[in-house]
Amino acid sequence: MADVATAAPETLAQTLAAHAERVRGVWLDAAARELHGRTSRGELDREQAEILDALLDGLRSGGIALADPAFDQLRGILADVSATRARLGFTPRETAIGIFALKEGLYPLASAGVDITPLLRLVDQLGLLTFETFAAAREAIIAEQAEQLLELSTPVVKLWEGIVAVPLVGTLDSARAQVVMEKLLNTLVDTGSEHAIIDITGVPAVDTQVAQHLLKTVVAARLMGAECTISGIRPQIAQTIVALGIEFGDIRTRATLADALVDALRATRAARQVGLPA
Amino acid sequence: MSAPTTTVEHVPIRTDSDVVKVRQLVRALAQQARLSLVDQTKLVTAASELARNTLVYGGGGDAEVQLAVDGVRTGVRAVFKDDGPGIPDLDLALTDGWTSGSGLGLGLSGSRRLVQHFAIDTAPGAGTRVEIATWSR
Repeated sequence: MADVATAAPETLAQTLAAHAERVRGVWLDAAARELHGRTSRGELDREQAEILDALLDGLRSGGIALADPAFDQLRGILADVSATRARLGFTPRETAIGIFALKEGLYPLASAGVDITPLLRLVDQLGLLTFETFAAAREAIIAEQAEQLLELSTPVVKLWEGIVAVPLVGTLDSARAQVVMEKLLNTLVDTGSEHAIIDITGVPAVDTQVAQHLLKTVVAARLMGAECTISGIRPQIAQTIVALGIEFGDIRTRATLADALVDALRATRAARQVGLPA
Repeated sequence: MSAPTTTVEHVPIRTDSDVVKVRQLVRALAQQARLSLVDQTKLVTAASELARNTLVYGGGGDAEVQLAVDGVRTGVRAVFKDDGPGIPDLDLALTDGWTSGSGLGLGLSGSRRLVQHFAIDTAPGAGTRVEIATWSR
Protein backbone atom coordinates (compact mmCIF):
# COMPACT_ATOMS: atom_id res chain seq x y z
CA MET A 1 0.00 0.00 0.00
CA ALA A 2 2.83 2.36 -0.79
CA ASP A 3 1.68 5.89 -1.60
CA VAL A 4 3.85 5.94 -4.68
CA ALA A 5 1.86 3.13 -6.30
CA THR A 6 -1.58 4.61 -5.69
CA ALA A 7 -1.13 8.28 -6.40
CA ALA A 8 -4.44 9.99 -5.66
CA PRO A 9 -5.80 12.63 -8.07
CA GLU A 10 -4.93 15.34 -5.52
CA THR A 11 -1.33 14.18 -5.35
CA LEU A 12 -1.14 14.17 -9.14
CA ALA A 13 -2.64 17.66 -9.25
CA GLN A 14 -0.05 18.89 -6.72
CA THR A 15 2.84 17.37 -8.64
CA LEU A 16 1.54 18.73 -11.92
CA ALA A 17 0.91 22.20 -10.50
CA ALA A 18 4.37 22.29 -8.93
CA HIS A 19 6.01 21.57 -12.26
CA ALA A 20 3.45 23.34 -14.43
CA GLU A 21 5.97 25.78 -15.91
CA ARG A 22 8.36 23.07 -17.05
CA VAL A 23 5.59 20.80 -18.36
CA ARG A 24 4.10 23.68 -20.33
CA GLY A 25 7.47 24.56 -21.80
CA VAL A 26 8.25 21.07 -23.08
CA TRP A 27 4.64 20.55 -24.23
CA LEU A 28 4.61 23.82 -26.17
CA ASP A 29 7.98 23.10 -27.82
CA ALA A 30 6.90 19.61 -28.90
CA ALA A 31 3.55 20.77 -30.28
CA ALA A 32 4.97 23.87 -31.97
CA ARG A 33 7.60 21.77 -33.70
CA GLU A 34 4.92 19.57 -35.28
CA LEU A 35 2.48 22.35 -36.08
CA HIS A 36 5.04 24.79 -37.41
CA GLY A 37 3.33 27.01 -39.94
CA ARG A 38 -0.14 25.71 -39.17
CA THR A 39 -0.80 27.68 -36.05
CA SER A 40 1.07 30.33 -34.07
CA ARG A 41 2.96 29.69 -30.86
CA GLY A 42 0.80 32.23 -29.06
CA GLU A 43 -2.39 30.44 -30.02
CA LEU A 44 -0.99 27.08 -28.95
CA ASP A 45 0.15 28.58 -25.66
CA ARG A 46 -3.32 29.94 -24.91
CA GLU A 47 -4.95 26.66 -25.89
CA GLN A 48 -2.60 24.63 -23.72
CA ALA A 49 -3.02 26.92 -20.71
CA GLU A 50 -6.77 26.39 -20.95
CA ILE A 51 -6.43 22.61 -21.24
CA LEU A 52 -3.96 22.38 -18.36
CA ASP A 53 -6.15 24.52 -16.09
CA ALA A 54 -9.16 22.35 -16.85
CA LEU A 55 -7.07 19.22 -16.27
CA LEU A 56 -5.85 20.51 -12.88
CA ASP A 57 -9.39 21.50 -11.89
CA GLY A 58 -10.63 18.06 -12.78
CA LEU A 59 -7.90 16.32 -10.80
CA ARG A 60 -8.51 18.53 -7.77
CA SER A 61 -12.20 17.62 -7.91
CA GLY A 62 -11.16 13.98 -7.65
CA GLY A 63 -11.47 12.98 -11.31
CA ILE A 64 -9.16 10.26 -12.58
CA ALA A 65 -10.92 8.87 -15.67
CA LEU A 66 -11.93 11.15 -18.53
CA ALA A 67 -15.57 10.07 -18.24
CA ASP A 68 -15.73 11.45 -14.68
CA PRO A 69 -18.04 14.46 -14.27
CA ALA A 70 -15.03 16.38 -12.89
CA PHE A 71 -13.68 16.58 -16.44
CA ASP A 72 -16.81 17.98 -18.09
CA GLN A 73 -15.12 21.29 -18.79
CA LEU A 74 -11.98 19.65 -20.15
CA ARG A 75 -13.99 17.48 -22.52
CA GLY A 76 -15.85 20.56 -23.75
CA ILE A 77 -12.62 22.44 -24.44
CA LEU A 78 -11.12 19.49 -26.31
CA ALA A 79 -14.22 19.01 -28.41
CA ASP A 80 -14.09 22.69 -29.40
CA VAL A 81 -10.40 22.58 -30.24
CA SER A 82 -10.59 19.48 -32.43
CA ALA A 83 -13.81 20.58 -34.16
CA THR A 84 -12.16 23.90 -35.02
CA ARG A 85 -9.12 22.10 -36.37
CA ALA A 86 -11.27 19.78 -38.48
CA ARG A 87 -12.92 22.82 -40.05
CA LEU A 88 -9.55 24.45 -40.68
CA GLY A 89 -8.40 21.38 -42.61
CA PHE A 90 -5.89 20.02 -40.07
CA THR A 91 -4.97 16.36 -40.52
CA PRO A 92 -5.90 13.90 -37.74
CA ARG A 93 -2.21 13.74 -36.82
CA GLU A 94 -1.91 17.49 -36.51
CA THR A 95 -5.00 17.56 -34.34
CA ALA A 96 -3.99 14.78 -31.98
CA ILE A 97 -0.35 15.83 -31.64
CA GLY A 98 -1.45 18.88 -29.63
CA ILE A 99 -2.59 16.49 -26.90
CA PHE A 100 -0.06 13.71 -27.19
CA ALA A 101 2.77 16.26 -26.99
CA LEU A 102 1.68 16.77 -23.38
CA LYS A 103 3.22 13.40 -22.58
CA GLU A 104 6.64 14.76 -23.50
CA GLY A 105 6.16 17.27 -20.73
CA LEU A 106 4.96 14.62 -18.27
CA TYR A 107 7.73 12.03 -18.63
CA PRO A 108 10.30 14.04 -16.62
CA LEU A 109 7.83 14.09 -13.69
CA ALA A 110 8.36 10.36 -13.23
CA SER A 111 11.65 11.19 -11.51
CA ALA A 112 9.82 13.37 -8.97
CA GLY A 113 8.86 10.29 -6.98
CA VAL A 114 5.20 10.15 -7.97
CA ASP A 115 3.70 7.43 -10.15
CA ILE A 116 2.31 9.41 -13.08
CA THR A 117 0.90 6.38 -14.93
CA PRO A 118 -2.73 7.45 -14.24
CA LEU A 119 -1.89 10.85 -15.68
CA LEU A 120 -0.40 9.33 -18.84
CA ARG A 121 -3.41 7.09 -19.15
CA LEU A 122 -5.64 10.15 -18.89
CA VAL A 123 -3.71 11.86 -21.68
CA ASP A 124 -4.25 8.78 -23.86
CA GLN A 125 -7.97 9.08 -23.25
CA LEU A 126 -7.81 12.76 -24.11
CA GLY A 127 -6.07 11.87 -27.35
CA LEU A 128 -8.75 9.35 -28.24
CA LEU A 129 -11.41 11.92 -27.51
CA THR A 130 -9.76 14.41 -29.87
CA PHE A 131 -9.77 11.76 -32.58
CA GLU A 132 -13.40 11.03 -31.98
CA THR A 133 -14.56 14.65 -32.02
CA PHE A 134 -12.32 15.36 -35.00
CA ALA A 135 -13.92 12.52 -36.97
CA ALA A 136 -17.41 13.59 -35.90
CA ALA A 137 -16.74 17.16 -37.03
CA ARG A 138 -15.40 15.92 -40.37
CA GLU A 139 -18.43 13.72 -40.87
CA ALA A 140 -20.70 16.66 -40.14
CA ILE A 141 -18.85 18.69 -42.79
CA ILE A 142 -19.18 15.87 -45.33
CA ALA A 143 -22.90 15.46 -44.62
CA GLU A 144 -23.33 19.21 -45.07
CA GLN A 145 -21.52 19.16 -48.39
CA ALA A 146 -23.46 16.13 -49.61
CA GLU A 147 -26.66 18.00 -48.91
CA GLN A 148 -25.43 21.08 -50.76
CA LEU A 149 -24.34 18.90 -53.66
CA LEU A 150 -27.77 17.32 -53.76
CA GLU A 151 -29.31 20.74 -54.22
CA LEU A 152 -26.74 21.82 -56.77
CA SER A 153 -26.94 18.76 -58.93
CA THR A 154 -30.66 18.84 -59.63
CA PRO A 155 -31.61 22.00 -61.48
CA VAL A 156 -35.05 22.35 -63.03
CA VAL A 157 -34.75 24.48 -66.16
CA LYS A 158 -37.42 26.20 -68.18
CA LEU A 159 -37.02 25.30 -71.86
CA TRP A 160 -40.00 27.15 -73.29
CA GLU A 161 -43.16 28.80 -72.12
CA GLY A 162 -44.99 25.96 -70.35
CA ILE A 163 -42.18 23.41 -70.69
CA VAL A 164 -39.68 22.56 -67.93
CA ALA A 165 -36.88 19.99 -67.96
CA VAL A 166 -34.81 18.18 -65.33
CA PRO A 167 -31.44 17.02 -66.68
CA LEU A 168 -30.37 14.21 -64.34
CA VAL A 169 -26.66 13.50 -64.03
CA GLY A 170 -25.13 10.70 -61.96
CA THR A 171 -26.63 8.29 -59.51
CA LEU A 172 -30.31 8.59 -58.71
CA ASP A 173 -30.66 7.31 -55.17
CA SER A 174 -33.68 7.70 -52.91
CA ALA A 175 -32.54 10.98 -51.36
CA ARG A 176 -31.83 12.54 -54.73
CA ALA A 177 -35.05 11.23 -56.26
CA GLN A 178 -36.94 12.91 -53.44
CA VAL A 179 -35.23 16.26 -54.10
CA VAL A 180 -35.86 15.94 -57.85
CA MET A 181 -39.52 15.19 -57.34
CA GLU A 182 -40.05 18.08 -54.93
CA LYS A 183 -38.22 20.57 -57.13
CA LEU A 184 -40.02 19.45 -60.27
CA LEU A 185 -43.47 19.61 -58.70
CA ASN A 186 -42.79 23.03 -57.19
CA THR A 187 -41.49 24.38 -60.49
CA LEU A 188 -44.55 23.05 -62.30
CA VAL A 189 -46.75 25.10 -59.97
CA ASP A 190 -44.52 28.18 -59.96
CA THR A 191 -44.20 28.41 -63.73
CA GLY A 192 -47.66 27.09 -64.57
CA SER A 193 -46.07 24.57 -66.91
CA GLU A 194 -47.98 21.70 -68.44
CA HIS A 195 -45.04 19.75 -69.78
CA ALA A 196 -42.17 18.25 -67.87
CA ILE A 197 -39.22 16.45 -69.43
CA ILE A 198 -36.94 14.27 -67.31
CA ASP A 199 -33.70 13.74 -69.19
CA ILE A 200 -31.63 10.74 -68.11
CA THR A 201 -28.78 11.05 -70.62
CA GLY A 202 -26.38 11.56 -67.70
CA VAL A 203 -27.58 8.60 -65.63
CA PRO A 204 -25.03 5.81 -66.17
CA ALA A 205 -27.26 2.87 -65.23
CA VAL A 206 -30.99 2.51 -64.91
CA ASP A 207 -31.71 -0.31 -62.46
CA THR A 208 -35.03 -1.17 -60.84
CA GLN A 209 -34.56 1.37 -58.06
CA VAL A 210 -33.88 4.23 -60.48
CA ALA A 211 -36.82 3.12 -62.63
CA GLN A 212 -39.11 3.02 -59.63
CA HIS A 213 -38.11 6.56 -58.63
CA LEU A 214 -38.66 7.79 -62.20
CA LEU A 215 -42.08 6.16 -62.38
CA LYS A 216 -43.15 7.70 -59.08
CA THR A 217 -42.00 11.15 -60.18
CA VAL A 218 -43.91 10.88 -63.45
CA VAL A 219 -47.08 9.72 -61.70
CA ALA A 220 -46.82 12.61 -59.20
CA ALA A 221 -46.38 15.13 -62.03
CA ARG A 222 -49.39 13.66 -63.81
CA LEU A 223 -51.51 13.96 -60.71
CA MET A 224 -50.81 17.67 -60.90
CA GLY A 225 -52.04 17.76 -64.47
CA ALA A 226 -48.67 17.92 -66.21
CA GLU A 227 -47.66 15.71 -69.10
CA CYS A 228 -44.34 14.05 -68.36
CA THR A 229 -41.79 12.69 -70.84
CA ILE A 230 -38.62 10.74 -70.08
CA SER A 231 -35.90 11.51 -72.59
CA GLY A 232 -32.29 10.56 -73.14
CA ILE A 233 -32.79 6.83 -73.30
CA ARG A 234 -29.65 5.52 -74.98
CA PRO A 235 -29.63 2.22 -76.90
CA GLN A 236 -27.78 0.27 -74.20
CA ILE A 237 -30.12 1.60 -71.52
CA ALA A 238 -33.17 0.65 -73.59
CA GLN A 239 -31.88 -2.92 -73.99
CA THR A 240 -31.10 -3.18 -70.30
CA ILE A 241 -34.56 -1.95 -69.33
CA VAL A 242 -36.17 -4.51 -71.62
CA ALA A 243 -34.01 -7.36 -70.28
CA LEU A 244 -34.74 -6.36 -66.70
CA GLY A 245 -38.44 -6.44 -67.53
CA ILE A 246 -39.27 -2.92 -66.40
CA GLU A 247 -42.51 -1.64 -67.93
CA PHE A 248 -42.86 2.05 -68.50
CA GLY A 249 -46.50 1.52 -69.47
CA ASP A 250 -48.07 4.52 -71.15
CA ILE A 251 -45.34 6.89 -70.05
CA ARG A 252 -43.97 8.78 -73.02
CA THR A 253 -40.26 8.22 -73.64
CA ARG A 254 -37.97 9.74 -76.26
CA ALA A 255 -34.40 9.10 -77.35
CA THR A 256 -33.22 12.69 -77.02
CA LEU A 257 -34.17 15.84 -75.17
CA ALA A 258 -34.65 17.57 -78.54
CA ASP A 259 -37.28 15.01 -79.59
CA ALA A 260 -39.09 15.47 -76.30
CA LEU A 261 -39.05 19.26 -76.69
CA VAL A 262 -40.47 19.06 -80.23
CA ASP A 263 -43.26 16.82 -78.93
CA ALA A 264 -44.10 19.18 -76.13
CA LEU A 265 -44.07 22.18 -78.48
CA ARG A 266 -46.43 20.40 -80.88
CA ALA A 267 -48.83 19.63 -78.07
CA THR A 268 -48.70 23.25 -76.90
CA ARG A 269 -49.35 24.56 -80.41
CA ALA A 270 -52.20 22.12 -80.97
CA ALA A 271 -53.80 23.35 -77.77
CA ARG A 272 -53.45 26.95 -78.93
CA GLN A 273 -54.98 26.21 -82.33
CA VAL A 274 -58.19 24.94 -80.80
CA GLY A 275 -58.41 28.21 -78.93
CA LEU A 276 -57.04 27.19 -75.57
CA PRO A 277 -54.44 29.32 -73.83
CA ALA A 278 -51.04 27.68 -74.10
CA MET B 1 -15.65 -21.62 -65.86
CA SER B 2 -12.32 -22.45 -64.21
CA ALA B 3 -9.59 -20.51 -65.90
CA PRO B 4 -6.57 -18.38 -65.08
CA THR B 5 -7.88 -15.32 -63.33
CA THR B 6 -6.59 -12.04 -62.05
CA THR B 7 -6.74 -10.60 -58.56
CA VAL B 8 -10.09 -10.54 -56.83
CA GLU B 9 -11.28 -7.17 -55.58
CA HIS B 10 -13.27 -7.27 -52.33
CA VAL B 11 -15.84 -4.60 -51.63
CA PRO B 12 -17.76 -4.68 -48.37
CA ILE B 13 -21.40 -3.72 -48.85
CA ARG B 14 -22.63 -1.81 -45.83
CA THR B 15 -24.20 1.39 -47.15
CA ASP B 16 -25.80 2.84 -50.28
CA SER B 17 -22.50 4.37 -51.32
CA ASP B 18 -20.93 0.89 -51.35
CA VAL B 19 -23.47 -0.07 -54.04
CA VAL B 20 -22.14 2.83 -56.11
CA LYS B 21 -18.58 1.61 -55.45
CA VAL B 22 -19.44 -1.88 -56.72
CA ARG B 23 -21.03 -0.39 -59.80
CA GLN B 24 -17.98 1.73 -60.61
CA LEU B 25 -15.60 -1.19 -60.08
CA VAL B 26 -17.65 -3.51 -62.30
CA ARG B 27 -17.84 -0.85 -65.00
CA ALA B 28 -14.07 -0.30 -64.94
CA LEU B 29 -13.40 -4.04 -65.22
CA ALA B 30 -16.03 -4.47 -67.94
CA GLN B 31 -14.23 -1.83 -69.98
CA GLN B 32 -10.92 -3.61 -69.39
CA ALA B 33 -12.50 -6.87 -70.54
CA ARG B 34 -13.61 -5.08 -73.70
CA LEU B 35 -17.26 -5.96 -73.31
CA SER B 36 -19.59 -4.24 -75.75
CA LEU B 37 -21.36 -1.13 -74.46
CA VAL B 38 -24.63 -3.03 -74.16
CA ASP B 39 -23.02 -5.91 -72.24
CA GLN B 40 -21.21 -3.43 -70.01
CA THR B 41 -24.43 -1.64 -69.15
CA LYS B 42 -26.29 -4.91 -68.56
CA LEU B 43 -23.57 -6.28 -66.30
CA VAL B 44 -23.29 -3.04 -64.32
CA THR B 45 -27.06 -2.93 -63.87
CA ALA B 46 -27.16 -6.55 -62.69
CA ALA B 47 -24.31 -5.87 -60.25
CA SER B 48 -26.20 -2.85 -58.98
CA GLU B 49 -29.36 -4.91 -58.38
CA LEU B 50 -27.55 -7.73 -56.63
CA ALA B 51 -25.45 -5.40 -54.50
CA ARG B 52 -28.60 -3.63 -53.37
CA ASN B 53 -30.28 -6.95 -52.62
CA THR B 54 -27.25 -7.89 -50.50
CA LEU B 55 -27.65 -4.63 -48.62
CA VAL B 56 -31.43 -4.45 -48.28
CA TYR B 57 -32.46 -8.11 -47.93
CA GLY B 58 -29.18 -9.68 -46.76
CA GLY B 59 -28.44 -6.97 -44.22
CA GLY B 60 -25.07 -6.21 -45.82
CA GLY B 61 -22.34 -8.49 -47.08
CA ASP B 62 -19.43 -8.60 -49.49
CA ALA B 63 -18.85 -8.39 -53.21
CA GLU B 64 -15.93 -10.03 -54.98
CA VAL B 65 -15.26 -8.76 -58.46
CA GLN B 66 -12.57 -9.97 -60.82
CA LEU B 67 -11.42 -9.84 -64.39
CA ALA B 68 -11.55 -13.40 -65.73
CA VAL B 69 -9.71 -14.91 -68.67
CA ASP B 70 -10.88 -18.07 -70.42
CA GLY B 71 -8.79 -18.90 -73.49
CA VAL B 72 -9.25 -15.99 -75.85
CA ARG B 73 -12.29 -14.66 -74.06
CA THR B 74 -12.11 -12.12 -71.29
CA GLY B 75 -14.91 -11.39 -68.94
CA VAL B 76 -15.95 -10.13 -65.53
CA ARG B 77 -17.11 -12.34 -62.70
CA ALA B 78 -18.81 -10.99 -59.58
CA VAL B 79 -19.91 -12.80 -56.44
CA PHE B 80 -22.28 -11.32 -53.87
CA LYS B 81 -22.38 -12.92 -50.44
CA ASP B 82 -24.36 -12.20 -47.31
CA ASP B 83 -25.13 -13.96 -44.05
CA GLY B 84 -28.71 -12.78 -44.05
CA PRO B 85 -31.92 -14.78 -43.65
CA GLY B 86 -31.53 -16.54 -47.03
CA ILE B 87 -34.35 -17.06 -49.53
CA PRO B 88 -36.98 -19.58 -48.38
CA ASP B 89 -38.70 -20.01 -51.76
CA LEU B 90 -36.23 -19.49 -54.61
CA ASP B 91 -38.77 -20.16 -57.39
CA LEU B 92 -41.03 -17.48 -55.99
CA ALA B 93 -38.13 -15.04 -55.56
CA LEU B 94 -37.20 -15.55 -59.22
CA THR B 95 -40.73 -14.74 -60.37
CA ASP B 96 -41.08 -11.41 -62.15
CA GLY B 97 -42.89 -8.85 -60.07
CA TRP B 98 -42.73 -10.70 -56.77
CA THR B 99 -41.01 -8.88 -53.92
CA SER B 100 -40.76 -9.38 -50.19
CA GLY B 101 -39.88 -5.69 -49.89
CA SER B 102 -41.15 -2.54 -51.59
CA GLY B 103 -39.30 -2.67 -54.92
CA LEU B 104 -40.54 -3.58 -58.37
CA GLY B 105 -39.77 -7.27 -57.84
CA LEU B 106 -37.55 -7.42 -60.91
CA GLY B 107 -34.08 -7.16 -59.41
CA LEU B 108 -33.25 -10.83 -58.96
CA SER B 109 -35.23 -12.21 -61.89
CA GLY B 110 -34.14 -9.37 -64.18
CA SER B 111 -30.47 -9.73 -63.26
CA ARG B 112 -30.59 -13.31 -64.46
CA ARG B 113 -31.57 -12.10 -67.91
CA LEU B 114 -28.88 -9.41 -67.95
CA VAL B 115 -25.85 -11.68 -67.64
CA GLN B 116 -24.54 -14.81 -69.37
CA HIS B 117 -23.80 -16.83 -66.23
CA PHE B 118 -26.03 -16.71 -63.16
CA ALA B 119 -25.85 -19.05 -60.16
CA ILE B 120 -27.57 -18.66 -56.84
CA ASP B 121 -26.92 -20.60 -53.67
CA THR B 122 -29.20 -19.98 -50.73
CA ALA B 123 -31.03 -21.67 -47.88
CA PRO B 124 -33.24 -20.31 -45.11
CA GLY B 125 -31.00 -19.00 -42.35
CA ALA B 126 -27.81 -19.74 -44.27
CA GLY B 127 -27.34 -16.53 -46.22
CA THR B 128 -27.25 -16.04 -49.96
CA ARG B 129 -24.49 -16.27 -52.56
CA VAL B 130 -25.05 -15.10 -56.12
CA GLU B 131 -22.42 -15.45 -58.83
CA ILE B 132 -22.66 -13.71 -62.18
CA ALA B 133 -20.36 -13.46 -65.16
CA THR B 134 -20.38 -11.99 -68.64
CA TRP B 135 -17.82 -12.70 -71.36
CA SER B 136 -16.66 -10.74 -74.35
CA ARG B 137 -18.17 -12.03 -77.59
